[in-house]
Amino acid sequence: MKRLYLAALSAPFFLVSACKTVVLSPSGDVAAQQKDILLNSTYLMLIIIVPVMLLVVFFAWRYRASNRDATYDPEWSHSTRLELVIWAAPLLIVICLGGLTWVGTHLLDPYRPLDRISSTTKITKDRKPLQVEVVSLDWKWLFIYPEYGIATVNELAAPVDRPIEFKLTSSEVMNAFYVPTMAGMIYTMPGMQTMLHGVINEKGIYDGFSSNYSGAGFSGMRFKFHVVSDADFETWVAKSRASDATLDATAYLSLEQPTENVAPKFYSAVSDELYHDILNMCVAPGTACMDDVMMRDARTRAGQEPMTAMNDADRTAPSEHMTHMAPMDQMGEHAPDEPMKADPTGGGMLRGHGLSQDLTPFFGTKPAASSPDTL
Amino acid sequence: MTLPVQDPSNSFLFGRLSLESIPYHEPILLATFAVVALVGIVVFGALTYFRLWGYLWKEWFTSVDHKKIGIMYMVLGVIMLLRGFADAIMMRLQQAMAFGGSEGYLPAHHYDQVFTAHGVIMIFFVAMPMVTGLMNYVVPLQIGARDVSFPFLNNFSFWMTVGGAIVVMMSLFIGEFSKAGWLAMPPLSGIGASPDVGVDYYIWGLQIAGVGTTLSGINLLVTIIKMRAPGMHMMRMPIFTWTALCTNVLIVASFPVLTAVLVLLSLDRYMGTHFFTNGMGGNPMMYVNFIWIWGHPEVYILILPCFGIYSEVTSTFSGKKLFGYTSMVYATICITILSYLVWLHHFFTMGSGASVNSFFGITTMIISIPTGAKLFNWLFTMYRGRIRFELPMMWTIAFMLTFTVGGMTGVLLAVPPADFVLHNSLFLIAHFHNVIIGGVLFGLFAGMNYWFPKAFGFTLNEFWGKISFWFWVIGYWFAFTPLYILGLMGVTRRMRVFDDPSLQIWFVIAAFGAGLIAIGIGAFLIQIAVSIRDKEKNRDVTGDPWNGRTLEWATSSPPPDYNFAFTPLVRDLDAWHDMKTHGYKRPQSNFAPIHMPRNTGTGVIIAALSVVCGFGLIWYIWWLVALSFGAILAVAIGHTFITDRDFHIPARTVTDTEAARSKLLARGT
Amino acid sequence: MTMTVDTNSTPQFHLSEEPHHPEGASTMLGFWVYLMSDCLIFAVLFAVYAVLGHSFAGGPGPKELFDLELVALNTAMLLFSSITYGFAMLEMARDRVKPMLIWLVITGLFGAAFLTIELTEFSHMIAEGATPQSSAFLSAFFTLVGTHGLHVTFGSIWLITLILQVLRFGLTSFNKRRLMCLSLFWHFLDVIWIGVFTFVYLMGMI
Repeated sequence: MKRLYLAALSAPFFLVSACKTVVLSPSGDVAAQQKDILLNSTYLMLIIIVPVMLLVVFFAWRYRASNRDATYDPEWSHSTRLELVIWAAPLLIVICLGGLTWVGTHLLDPYRPLDRISSTTKITKDRKPLQVEVVSLDWKWLFIYPEYGIATVNELAAPVDRPIEFKLTSSEVMNAFYVPTMAGMIYTMPGMQTMLHGVINEKGIYDGFSSNYSGAGFSGMRFKFHVVSDADFETWVAKSRASDATLDATAYLSLEQPTENVAPKFYSAVSDELYHDILNMCVAPGTACMDDVMMRDARTRAGQEPMTAMNDADRTAPSEHMTHMAPMDQMGEHAPDEPMKADPTGGGMLRGHGLSQDLTPFFGTKPAASSPDTL
Repeated sequence: MTLPVQDPSNSFLFGRLSLESIPYHEPILLATFAVVALVGIVVFGALTYFRLWGYLWKEWFTSVDHKKIGIMYMVLGVIMLLRGFADAIMMRLQQAMAFGGSEGYLPAHHYDQVFTAHGVIMIFFVAMPMVTGLMNYVVPLQIGARDVSFPFLNNFSFWMTVGGAIVVMMSLFIGEFSKAGWLAMPPLSGIGASPDVGVDYYIWGLQIAGVGTTLSGINLLVTIIKMRAPGMHMMRMPIFTWTALCTNVLIVASFPVLTAVLVLLSLDRYMGTHFFTNGMGGNPMMYVNFIWIWGHPEVYILILPCFGIYSEVTSTFSGKKLFGYTSMVYATICITILSYLVWLHHFFTMGSGASVNSFFGITTMIISIPTGAKLFNWLFTMYRGRIRFELPMMWTIAFMLTFTVGGMTGVLLAVPPADFVLHNSLFLIAHFHNVIIGGVLFGLFAGMNYWFPKAFGFTLNEFWGKISFWFWVIGYWFAFTPLYILGLMGVTRRMRVFDDPSLQIWFVIAAFGAGLIAIGIGAFLIQIAVSIRDKEKNRDVTGDPWNGRTLEWATSSPPPDYNFAFTPLVRDLDAWHDMKTHGYKRPQSNFAPIHMPRNTGTGVIIAALSVVCGFGLIWYIWWLVALSFGAILAVAIGHTFITDRDFHIPARTVTDTEAARSKLLARGT
Repeated sequence: MTMTVDTNSTPQFHLSEEPHHPEGASTMLGFWVYLMSDCLIFAVLFAVYAVLGHSFAGGPGPKELFDLELVALNTAMLLFSSITYGFAMLEMARDRVKPMLIWLVITGLFGAAFLTIELTEFSHMIAEGATPQSSAFLSAFFTLVGTHGLHVTFGSIWLITLILQVLRFGLTSFNKRRLMCLSLFWHFLDVIWIGVFTFVYLMGMI
């Protein structure tokens, strides 16, 4: 049994080295550092795991019932010294691992801009990060390059050794953006923005995909990531610029419809506010943007009258198209700046407006409940 | 947006249920249905032919005896294991086939249901019932009690669990099951992305079963606190009882969160509220947080009792006192508390920020300290022991070796930078199967082999047990080692088709491993059948086949209805061992009548009505909901008016039972 | 160890007196544990309200919707019902069935008044267009307050059942235990309501 276990346990290590494990041999600096942490943590733990497993096997064999040579001490059940060791040993490992975790997590925080391109090269000022805005749709990826005014579906490209700053959101359901060779994954969520910084140090065509299940077409949410020289990147941009298609709100709304296994697609132009509108869930005409709604809510909370009546169409637009969470960058700009005015109705301290309050500014002249299609 | 609830085409009589909802055009489901129907007819016919219905109803279904309920939980677990494993095999086949342009044999519509059902069934209807079943059976015996604190509630809890299982199984043949993954994360599980009945089956299946789980948690918790035999203070409680206590604390303190969060999800789906919607202020991230605040303690709910089983088994089969009982107890308590402080490690990649992520990463690692201490305690229990490699001990050794690896990969995933590259990958899948199969399932097998003779009076067949053991253990490594590797190759979970043909070989190996496990399950079933056939040969006349140490071995196998003729008086941690070494003599006379609770059918009836109510809710058949809910209330209230709830086993009967045991014991010596 | 064990001869391994666990001894603890699990459900709903309480989706907030005077009246109803339940328990302790029943009926009436006022409040809000569907804030509000209301409803049904029980079987030990459980439940709902009143209504007005 012992031999079998040893074989079973050591087999993976041999086999792993024999196949292309992208997580253990990435081409991007961030992923490489993540791999180092992964391996170092494993080695740290093996310090305790290996002896334990050997001891299990050894004790099981040594103290088998048929071995009458081994000492049998049925009452022995306590040893303070041993107890100290068995609590202290894992504790020490965890302290080391905890330190590694704290430092590593902060250093490799996906929100933190890179300070190096590779283990040998620091970032220079002239190497501005490439901005990419990522939107996960059902079931494909939309990439917007704001500096270049282009967009692509299911194909990503970047110059080698250029830091990339991804801003990510989603249209309807959660996904995770993952290019294993570049950096770890990050969730994309509707109405919220996440960020990811990465760089790739080797030219090549890499795989990227969604790594959070998102429904029927999930398996096909894959794209190729072309990492090329600066010149080739310009060619790639030019290729996209030459496309007939442009991406505005209308085009986006039809793109947003669920499709599976979508072939790469290029857009020569993107409307400037599109990403903002996707993030704030107001691409469809007549829907209120989430940042505006949040502003109104902040005023309501502060006890101010809503400035203007939101029209019915705004407020009760299809619920899936409005949202809730402050996207980190927009919320910060508006809400706290709103001055807190005194209650304009002059009510007493504990006196609410109660049900006598005129709710016309919120619901218009007719109660919202009376229109059944607004649920 | 219009909710499906408001769809004008829903009929009054049948809601949204129509002939189209029955998947008669799906050959796979049709064949499954045929098999299930055939087996059902055979079983039904056999029960009728042998006139067993009355017996089953009177002696089992309505029984409030914790032992019978425990056994019924185990039966439920084994049946559902077959269903859950069928799902597993289907997934493995699909993933082994779907390469190089092949779509495999399962379209997304099926595949997504299969992996969702697999997770839901294995956790809620295999692991949970089996763990609850063992606790139900063993805990009262270990603490020297006659039954649990609330015997009727125990019966009711069991049937609610069955009710939940029935709801989930119904989705096979009427409508469909959820396609949103085993935790049904919105917005995917919201009404917009999942308008079908699948998520509703999920919700109501879990809600009905959840009532049972919570009540059973309360019941066992109170039992352990209140019903211990005199002399058994907390630090004399057998370690399995300790882990059961902690598990039930966790159940009581976490399942309400699941209940509440599923209520909110169903309000979103039925009423159009905005808790987890994208729009109108809803917040799907809140669901993710809540579900894991329940979900992480849940895995400890499953593993802690198994830790208890390993402790009992190691100590018994090493013929030694458990090493470091006190530190074992404190380790269990530590794990119980810490399990609430780690939930965020399930979604580091949501981008909560480095400090939050490292906090939860480090708390997760801290849990490994008490867990590690436990492992050392088992190790030093073996040290200077006389280890008998009976089946329970074999499972335990296999656990120690397998679980250690799973624990290591778990701590690895708790390191956020590593998790960022491994999260949601097959590495994660391999990790949690490593701890759930290697920890929970091996523990359940150890427990079943260990306590089976207690429950039925004969030992399980060793040959088939060993076959089952080796196929399971080797099959496990074949099935999941490739997944570790695939995870390192950047392969994500829940994929249905693959591009890269070089991955296929690993999936084929994994499928082969699943095949080995299938043989292991088959051997387990044969083991039971053969053992029943040979039961006279393997009869345990002593009540103590393993030279056990705790109180459950003091009584006969199977124990009489009343467990103990006299309530035992506990003087030591290993109470039965203490009795044996200090010249314990069984009392032979002076028996008194024993007060016992009476069987009742109320539990079965309310659970059945709950299933009907759930069905109505799933299909929007409101009159049925109102009717069945009203009936539930009426039956529950009616039950409180029944005053004839208990009886006394006459002293004569006790004397006869004990005399019969004396005869049996004499035969054994 | 409180047990007296004779150490000279073979130790004693059994109690000679039965029963060790009197009927119903665990009920109060069990019910208490149940209440704690129910409390967790409310904890979740409070947490949800804390997260969503300011997400008005452009709609009205607490200041526009709440009528503190009505809520204060409602709070008084529930608090009074708790006091009258307490009186009923005092009568039960003295085994005086009739006064106890009268107090229970009064408790039930206060409970019914509470529910009526709550439903009035809800129906006004819904008539004004502030429905559970209007915003996350209102979803959370209606669910939290409504769940409490549902509990009071079930408590009232239970109360009626127990009144019938007492009329039918008298003050048996069974019924005493049940009345004690309902007492715990009723006061528990009071405590929850104080939380609702403070965190939802009062703090919403600030």
